[in-house]
Amino acid sequence: MIPELGHFALALALALSAAQAVFGLWGAQRGEARLMAAAPPLAAGVLLAVAVSLGCLMWSFAVNDTTVMNVVQNSHSAKPMLYKLTGTWGNHEGSLVLWVFILALCGGAVALFGRDLPSRLQARVLAVLGLVTVGFLAFTLGTSNPFERVWPPPLDGQGLNPILQDPGLAFHPPLLYLGYVGYAVTYAFAIAALIEGRVDAAWGRWVRPWALAAWAFLTLGIALGSWWAYYELGWGGYWFWDPVENASLLPWLAGAALLHSAIVVEKREALKTWTVFLALLAFGLSLLGTFLVRSGVLNSVHAFANDPDRGVFILLLMMAYVGGGFALFAWRAAAMAPTGVFAPLSREGGLVLNNLLLCSIAAVVLVGTLYPMFADLLLGQKISVGPPFFNMATFPLVVPLLAAMGVGPMLPWKRARLWPVLQRLWWAALGGMAALLLALALSGWRVLPALGFAAGAWLILAAATDIADRIALFSRPRAAWARARGLPRAAWGAAVAHAGVGVTILGLAGMGLAQEKLTLMRPGDAATLAGYTYRLEGVEDVTGPNWTARRATLTVTRDGREVTVLRPERRNFPVGRMVTTEASIHTNWLVDLYAVLGEERDGGAVVRLHHNPLAPWIWLGAAIMALGGGISLSDRRMRVSAPAAKLARGQAPA
Amino acid sequence: MSARLPEGMERGGGTAPPEAPPRNPWRRRALLLAPLGLAAAAGLGFLGMLRGLRTGDYDPRGVPSALIGRPVPDFVLPPLEGSGRPGLAAADLRAPGRPVLVNFFASWCLPCVVEHPMLMRLSRQGVPVHGVSYKDRPADSLAFLRRHGNPYDRLGVDEPGRVAIEWGLYGVPETYLLDREGIIRWRWAGPLTEEVLRHDLEPLLRRHA
Amino acid sequence: MIRRLVPALALGAALLAAPPAPAAVGDPAERLRDPALEARAQAIGRELRCLVCQNQSIEDSDAPLARDLRRIVREQVAAGQSNAEVMRFVHDRYGDFVLLRPRLTAATALLWATPALALGGGALLILAMRRRQAAEAALAAPELSEAERARLRAAERDGERAA
Repeated sequence: MIPELGHFALALALALSAAQAVFGLWGAQRGEARLMAAAPPLAAGVLLAVAVSLGCLMWSFAVNDTTVMNVVQNSHSAKPMLYKLTGTWGNHEGSLVLWVFILALCGGAVALFGRDLPSRLQARVLAVLGLVTVGFLAFTLGTSNPFERVWPPPLDGQGLNPILQDPGLAFHPPLLYLGYVGYAVTYAFAIAALIEGRVDAAWGRWVRPWALAAWAFLTLGIALGSWWAYYELGWGGYWFWDPVENASLLPWLAGAALLHSAIVVEKREALKTWTVFLALLAFGLSLLGTFLVRSGVLNSVHAFANDPDRGVFILLLMMAYVGGGFALFAWRAAAMAPTGVFAPLSREGGLVLNNLLLCSIAAVVLVGTLYPMFADLLLGQKISVGPPFFNMATFPLVVPLLAAMGVGPMLPWKRARLWPVLQRLWWAALGGMAALLLALALSGWRVLPALGFAAGAWLILAAATDIADRIALFSRPRAAWARARGLPRAAWGAAVAHAGVGVTILGLAGMGLAQEKLTLMRPGDAATLAGYTYRLEGVEDVTGPNWTARRATLTVTRDGREVTVLRPERRNFPVGRMVTTEASIHTNWLVDLYAVLGEERDGGAVVRLHHNPLAPWIWLGAAIMALGGGISLSDRRMRVSAPAAKLARGQAPA
Repeated sequence: MSARLPEGMERGGGTAPPEAPPRNPWRRRALLLAPLGLAAAAGLGFLGMLRGLRTGDYDPRGVPSALIGRPVPDFVLPPLEGSGRPGLAAADLRAPGRPVLVNFFASWCLPCVVEHPMLMRLSRQGVPVHGVSYKDRPADSLAFLRRHGNPYDRLGVDEPGRVAIEWGLYGVPETYLLDREGIIRWRWAGPLTEEVLRHDLEPLLRRHA
Repeated sequence: MIRRLVPALALGAALLAAPPAPAAVGDPAERLRDPALEARAQAIGRELRCLVCQNQSIEDSDAPLARDLRRIVREQVAAGQSNAEVMRFVHDRYGDFVLLRPRLTAATALLWATPALALGGGALLILAMRRRQAAEAALAAPELSEAERARLRAAERDGERAA
């Protein structure tokens, strides 16, 4: 019964979201207040129905209902409850339901928090979200029904890929989808503006919180995936430029450009056409990622198993949303006259440079990701585009971006002079130089990591200088506290996010100095890496809920003092007959001591040891970036649409 | 279009800035159309890939052989003791005078079992088939051939898998077609099936006969 | 219609049926004694794609084929071959697909030109936009309408000073 209820709820959601789309669009077009007023409750209804459906699916997984095909294919009774639940979205069908649920969540959020938007805008935004929901619900129900039954039920399920049974990966998809789907909202705002035929400062102000929220979630989602790769895949790597990773990076880059250009729209009413384009692009790239993962056209470790029929459906959906959006853009964007004029050297100019560089990086990643596919299709040539290409091609774009990131926030609007700003950044530049020289000297003249240390130090110090400057920390220290409290949260958020980028860059630079040792150890043997001594105490059998493992015990000492005990494992999952390695990691936040257990032979065990300086800073920096986004999001300005819209409504008959 | 509800986005007293006479309206229009054009082109490309996935013209996992059109690489492989067949070396394949197949297999490889009847049939039809046992214990290979039949005229043992790398092999089974001059003309990665024989191999055998 | 799909699936099975591979860790015996040579071998290995594992380099995989290629790279490095010679050896046998950094050819020219094209195209776009804006600014009405100004003032009273 429960699966049928879930199935029915999905169908109901389809009907409700269709109504949401029709009422919203028609009502806004005709100016019928009553029709428009129906959109928010309908969005709430869609959210409720999809929530029920997702709940039913999770329940089926929780009780291991083997009459449900999806459960049989992706779960097993011996799996821990957490992974039974999160396994709901560890497969194509279930992850689609999660996708739609988050989409409905966004619709609900617009219905709830957007009460103070102009009703016509809100109705159109909800309508567009409804249209997107309709498409994905139709896709789910038509090609990927998660509630399909199987009869007679098999005794048990086939299990979930063991490397996915991990807390990091369990919550990676929801965060990632909050990012991807969040861009559906900015997309909807862009479509509404195109229909309306105007974009103004208020529009920029309304779009920005959504762009910020989506970007912050996407940052966390990507970071979680990268962290998972770091500790679970067991090679100490954290980013592989895999097409699916790139697919998540693309909307992140476009979204970062969007949230910066939206500032220019809000403050100066310039870059309007461009910002609308970015809003369309960010969601388009999210959809592209979805298409690439689910259609089977590419070759990736992450891709879901899939068939071309689904690929065609999702391609048509993507073409409808992206093509429709761009067609509307081509038709209507010309009507949006820009107004603000600014000098090239100004805050706006800096943000334009930011957009140029971010979009160029996105172009490189996009072209590099799609190139092998199109070279195969059009030229019949099989080529690979891998990490060496991406590192080399993005490097000349990232360097000026990082350099400019320190300066940009300190430029005044409209017209600036560079020299006074550079003078104020003197200390930050000096700090960067000092980091460069220090790193060069200490690392034995390894240039690339040293450049990374310089860039990281520069970004953090420049962000600190910016804040110190604004609160007049040095010129009028007594008033600084009051000024700090009065400083808009958006300024704090920007500084924190930029410093977060600096922290991540420091982590990447530290990983550039990583050391590694592969060795065969017998119990009692010791190996030394980067000043730490690892002694193998022994290897023993352990048993987990759905696995058995060999576990090594390594005592780590430095200068004779015990630092930690590492216990790497090789787990054997009998369901699915897979062996995974569980790295054991000890961190003191300055360095990760990382051990992996390999085969056992000749009375010993193969152990790989990694010494990863500053590794945790990569993800710490990402968390700080997301925090910066959150701080910015809490800015009062983000909520001032309320009084402004109420003011307008006072004159309206609605 | 927006006169009925005077609020929010619609206020502003109709003082939208007058359209400046665009200096080059066509260029701007083309620029605004560019995203649509690019997206449409990409969409058509993806459609082509999805069609190709079905017809087999597009396969993201397939890797073409770098050896097509080149003579066989240098190698000498010892025979499989007890099989009664001589070993295999490049010299045997340099100018065979007729098209020849070289098949890499292993007893631990399930698809090799699947394709084996096809090799037996080709051998019965008089097509010379040579074999290379890849990363397999000789005893296991021998047992495999006893059980499923031995289609091979010559049979080399490549237990370390080094010769396979000379051939650019990336999995088993793989089958190579050599023409009369000993030039590699075709490589099939994966099991030979009825379909592959009919659509690919047999026409090639006729062409190079 | 699906005639090649079936073998493709079976091929997947073939690759899974490769000799029992331990989970990826590596083998100390295969490494070179000389750390400088080993570092060179690793640098070469990171440029070469593991064909059976798809998106990994041969340094990051313990598929048997990746192991074999790693061993060959190390043998050749130890035998005094240059990086280019080792890469050529592998490229001769496995083709362009094995190179993670595509060679610059007519087919990849567009790929390698992307950073320059994107930057240059973007810069041109910005220039064109500025020229158009300058032309329009001469004609355009005041930046904000009176009602908009009022709204922004109301908003700003509520919020911020510096920004």
